[in-house]
Amino acid sequence: MRVLLVDDEEELVATLAERLDMRGIEAAWATDYRTALAMVEEKEFDIALLDVRLPEMNGLDLKRLIEARRPGMKFIFLTGHGSEEDFEACSAESGREYYLIKPVQIEVLVAKLNEICQGQGGRG
Amino acid sequence: MQDGWKRYKPRFLEHSDQASGMYKSLFNFRRLWKQSIVTTLAVVLLPLFTLAVVDYSISRKALESELLLRTTRLVSNLRRTLTSYLDERVFALNFLILDNSFEQLADENRLKQLFENLKSGLGEWYDLGLIDHTGTQVNYTGPYKIRGMNYSGQDWYKKLHYKEQETYHDSIAMRSDVSDVFLGFRMTPHLVISVLHNDPQGRHYILRASLDIEQLSAILSHFELSNNGDAFLINHEGIIQTPSRYYGTIMKQFPLPVPPFSPRTEVSEGEDHLGREIVTGYAYITGTPFILIVIKQKDTLMETWEAAGGKLLVFLVGSVVAIVAVVFGICTYLVNSIHQADQKRLASLHQVEYANKMASIGRLSAGVAHEINNPLAIINEKAGLIRDLFTFRKEYAGDQRLLGLVDSIINSVERCATITRQLLNFARNIQVSVQKVNLRQVVNDVLEFQIKEAGYRNIAVEVDIPAELPEFFSDRGKLQQVFINLVNNAFAAMKEGGRLEIRSRLNDDGTGIVTTVRDSGCGIPPENIERIFEPFFTTKSGSGGTGLGLSITYGLVTEIGGSIAIESTVGAGTTFIITLPLEYHADKGEAHAGTVG
Repeated sequence: MRVLLVDDEEELVATLAERLDMRGIEAAWATDYRTALAMVEEKEFDIALLDVRLPEMNGLDLKRLIEARRPGMKFIFLTGHGSEEDFEACSAESGREYYLIKPVQIEVLVAKLNEICQGQGGRG
Repeated sequence: MQDGWKRYKPRFLEHSDQASGMYKSLFNFRRLWKQSIVTTLAVVLLPLFTLAVVDYSISRKALESELLLRTTRLVSNLRRTLTSYLDERVFALNFLILDNSFEQLADENRLKQLFENLKSGLGEWYDLGLIDHTGTQVNYTGPYKIRGMNYSGQDWYKKLHYKEQETYHDSIAMRSDVSDVFLGFRMTPHLVISVLHNDPQGRHYILRASLDIEQLSAILSHFELSNNGDAFLINHEGIIQTPSRYYGTIMKQFPLPVPPFSPRTEVSEGEDHLGREIVTGYAYITGTPFILIVIKQKDTLMETWEAAGGKLLVFLVGSVVAIVAVVFGICTYLVNSIHQADQKRLASLHQVEYANKMASIGRLSAGVAHEINNPLAIINEKAGLIRDLFTFRKEYAGDQRLLGLVDSIINSVERCATITRQLLNFARNIQVSVQKVNLRQVVNDVLEFQIKEAGYRNIAVEVDIPAELPEFFSDRGKLQQVFINLVNNAFAAMKEGGRLEIRSRLNDDGTGIVTTVRDSGCGIPPENIERIFEPFFTTKSGSGGTGLGLSITYGLVTEIGGSIAIESTVGAGTTFIITLPLEYHADKGEAHAGTVG
């Protein structure tokens, strides 16, 4: 399983990526949307974990751009802000299941990733 | 009795403002109530009393003058009657003396004949006699043998001749005399009428007849009876001449002073010898020694008026009682209405303030949660990484103490995360309006906040909300607040070791969900139950309760179209019963739309 992590907090994404690696999940990370898009074009990912609030472009718009390049990719939104707009938008975009509020337990995240991947596998 | 008064005692009487500043009530209701009652009563009763007093004195005066007038009229009428009665008899004797010559009158049979005629025409005659110029009774018809008796020495005889010589007028009045009443030989009261005649031959002689006074008394007593007074005759010396009801018998002295001579009828007010208030009327009867006296007791005359006055007084008192009752009732009702309106206004002001406060808290908590969540996430990941290193790299695995420290960091982060998540949840629910709501979820969210307190205080919480209850559209935030308030209320009512039960079920016709929140607390006395939802009503005196919690709860339940009821037993606990409709219809939700978010 290959996962792309996008969050403006490098400390967070780098650590998270390392921890996922330890669990056998191949994780790459980016801190802005340009890097993220470049990585998507370069490599194939199964799931993208996007922060809702990114500098220059929000997670929802980034999701659309990535989807255009890699249709069939799955997304999980991650946010530290439980505001109404975020909640409404993410629910509409991905369903409540794929919406996580920081901080998230690694076990919860891994379980969710597995669940989504298996869903994909089942359909594919 | 006291409980009854407590129940009906208007609320505003014990009104005291717990609010301050801009919400301070504009009115002092007790003063307003007193002022309106006093003013209204004054405006209504003063004219009424004034009218009553004026009417009383006017009608009394009118009655008194009417009384005097009536007495005057009565005295005049009686005088005319008596005068004509006596005149009639004088005229009759005069006619006899003119119609018959001295010789004819001196004839025994003739005189007897005339006497009989006189009796048949003008009854009550007692005897008839003829007296010649020497004063000797030359002829007599009657029960006594007094023929030949000489009267020349007697007063009336002298007076008659004296009068005749004094005047030279040929009027009857000057030639006739009516005597005082006297008892005479027969010991029955009677009077004597004498008529003097000078015939063409120059002889002067007198026709003299005595008359019983019964008829005279009858005339007077007839008036007495019909006028509830006393009417009788006295002579100029004050000797009573006809029977009197109250002032002595015939031939006795009249106890009051003899009134001075007056040619007219006189009436005056005064007191009699026994101190009774009387109205006295009198008239001198011309040509006779008689004074007609009419005395009326004022007391008995005013009696009917006083009876009528009594009725009026009863009516007045009745009116005053009715007016006071009506004024009291209306003023109480109006002031109570104003008081209630004022309370409602204050309550809605408070509710707006409360909603604003909640919205501010919501925004604040969302901001705080967001700002904390990011660094928290970093701590979480770093600590997680350390733990992972321990787990995945064997060289660190032996150090159990470090592992424990890392676990404790991660646990603390999780606790912080729980708090920020709840804050976010709370903020979201403050802002979100109508949405699909799962009641079970709402109640669990609420209890999440409170469960710790329940644990500290050893309160057992039991929730029985079936999972199959349908979701329904409602205002999640308001619903949440309702349960927060009710749970808080229940906790406040319970001591340690209490029990809180929350149960839900579909109602009988399936249009709503009935939820009961039951505590095992102190309960609410019946007199407080009906006031429990009133703003500012609180029993938690001195513990900082504003008395707003349940009234806001009531407002919120009403706003989301539901209803709330309460059952309570003192010492056993209280149950709140909330019915929420499955179909959402906001009652007045838009009223607060502008103040939220």
